Amino acid sequence: MINPDLKLNTKMFDKDVEQSPIRKGFGEGLVVAGENDPQVVGLCADLTESTQMHLFKEKFPNRFVEIGVAEQNLASVASGMAAMGKIPFITSYAMFSPGRNWEQIRTTICYNDRPVKIVGSHAGISVGPDGGTHQAVEDLAITRVIPRMVVISPCDAIEAKKATIAAAKTGTPVYLRLAREKTPVMTTVDTPFEIGKAQIFWQSKKPKVGIIATGALLHRALMSAKSLEKEGLEVEVMNLSTIKPLDEKAIIALAQKTGNIVTVEEHQIRGGMGSAVAECLAKNNPVPMRFIGVDDVFGQSGTPDELIEHYGMGEKDITKAVRELIKQ
Amino acid sequence: MSNISDERRQELEEKANDIRLSIIDMLLVAGSGHTAGPLGMTDIFTVLYFYILNHKPSEPTWPERDRVVLSNGHICPVLYATMAHAGYFPIEELKTLRKFGSRLQGHPHREWLPMLETSSGPLASGLSQAVGMALAEKIDVGTTGGKRIYCLLSDGELESGNIWEGAMLAGKNKLNNLVGIIDRNNIQIDGYTEDIMPLEPLADKWRAWNWHVIEIDGHNIEEIVDAFNMAKTVYEKPTMIIAHTIPGKGVKDFERDYRWHGKPPNKEEAEMAIRELRSLGGKITGHHND
Repeated sequence: MINPDLKLNTKMFDKDVEQSPIRKGFGEGLVVAGENDPQVVGLCADLTESTQMHLFKEKFPNRFVEIGVAEQNLASVASGMAAMGKIPFITSYAMFSPGRNWEQIRTTICYNDRPVKIVGSHAGISVGPDGGTHQAVEDLAITRVIPRMVVISPCDAIEAKKATIAAAKTGTPVYLRLAREKTPVMTTVDTPFEIGKAQIFWQSKKPKVGIIATGALLHRALMSAKSLEKEGLEVEVMNLSTIKPLDEKAIIALAQKTGNIVTVEEHQIRGGMGSAVAECLAKNNPVPMRFIGVDDVFGQSGTPDELIEHYGMGEKDITKAVRELIKQ
Repeated sequence: MSNISDERRQELEEKANDIRLSIIDMLLVAGSGHTAGPLGMTDIFTVLYFYILNHKPSEPTWPERDRVVLSNGHICPVLYATMAHAGYFPIEELKTLRKFGSRLQGHPHREWLPMLETSSGPLASGLSQAVGMALAEKIDVGTTGGKRIYCLLSDGELESGNIWEGAMLAGKNKLNNLVGIIDRNNIQIDGYTEDIMPLEPLADKWRAWNWHVIEIDGHNIEEIVDAFNMAKTVYEKPTMIIAHTIPGKGVKDFERDYRWHGKPPNKEEAEMAIRELRSLGGKITGHHND
């Protein structure tokens, strides 16, 4: 059942569930962050509306910097602004930032210890028709590997808004992963959010498998949990929106309780959230695992649903992975 | 006509000579590091830290200080030596360069030496950071006044696109509080810049991105002072000072030889260099020559 303590959207399983782009939540959150702190500034590499930074630009025109198509500059200029006390948010598509400008992020932001917030929009395979060049499915791996970086992948627009407001206050570099398409809203404004805190969205009395999901695919994991329940197969589903720092305590507790873990992410299996969970469990509490994600290939054009099914990240794939673990 | 007195100029020349001696000393003890660039940029660092900068070495975090960004971090021996001579930390500490646990990392790291404005080493991202500092200052204080941002660059790193991204943004935003200084010494690791990847016409490139360009002899104290002062008067543009320098300047055997880019002197070479620097290139003789 849906965890009642988290005040989640009780209509999340309805056919007409509210849908909203995760990036929109960021855009709204940045305006609030800007109102909260005059040091917050926004920088964008020619994708202001696409990344929803136009809302901030309209509200605070003097605190917005258009960088042009120059992502390396985007990262390092932000580092310089942070050196003067600013809290810069930089936006582009995840493929270009942190994709193209990784070394500048590593050296001028993280090594330099500057609190720049790197916001990678249009992440994942669900960016769809643009094709494989624009489908960032490596971004979590390349950001979580950098010391000092906080990595957040919100599950819906409401959580993205809260994550944005919270990211402004960490005093550290943050990578915030956003998606383009409208996706189901699972949380509400009353759902608690804290960076570094995993939450059990779907509870069971005697779960046999724990599903850990990040980003919008969490909804498919919850759908899977609901249909499995009808078969009498109990699972729990965790929303792991902060991938670094990892909520090891919650992950270990889930593994101990269930004995089996499936991870679900719209990202390469190698190096992503599932790998982070495996690093934690291999050391502390090894259990059998299955990894739902992109399996070492590049994407292609298609609708988001087509691509998620084709690359094995759909509800039926999650359900299949759960069944496999139980059969063992 | 320069606005610096002969007496002050002479003081700065002597200071530069002392800093060069420290550079040779520290490289010898370190056993690795870069020689040509630091010696070539010593006169400019000396003028900057002892004549131009608005700073307080005893209070490195003074908020109103001008900012210095060293983009080509590998010439940090001259940064460290100049900062030590200016009073930021003891001169004796220079001998810890590149040693385990030292604040003086092989390439500058502000986690170890927090009085540095940036960490650097990977080339070509310093200008963007300086542009960010200048932009932040414009947001805070408007179009006039405020802190000045100085960014020191090598010529070799101008081969990277990141530099030109920063250059365009600075020109677009008319960052008159930003001054770049290019160490135009014509050498890089693999050889001479015009063989590796020609940069000329270099001044025209910067003018094309709406920078004010000044070309100087990077070893002439008066020209260096005048260029920095001129930059303060330019209103509509950032300024780029192209300083023509001699790599390894001050030690005849090191000068203009790109092989000195990335290696330190051995004991014999260091002794020769120290002898030459102490005699101001043989101009003076005395017990210091021993």
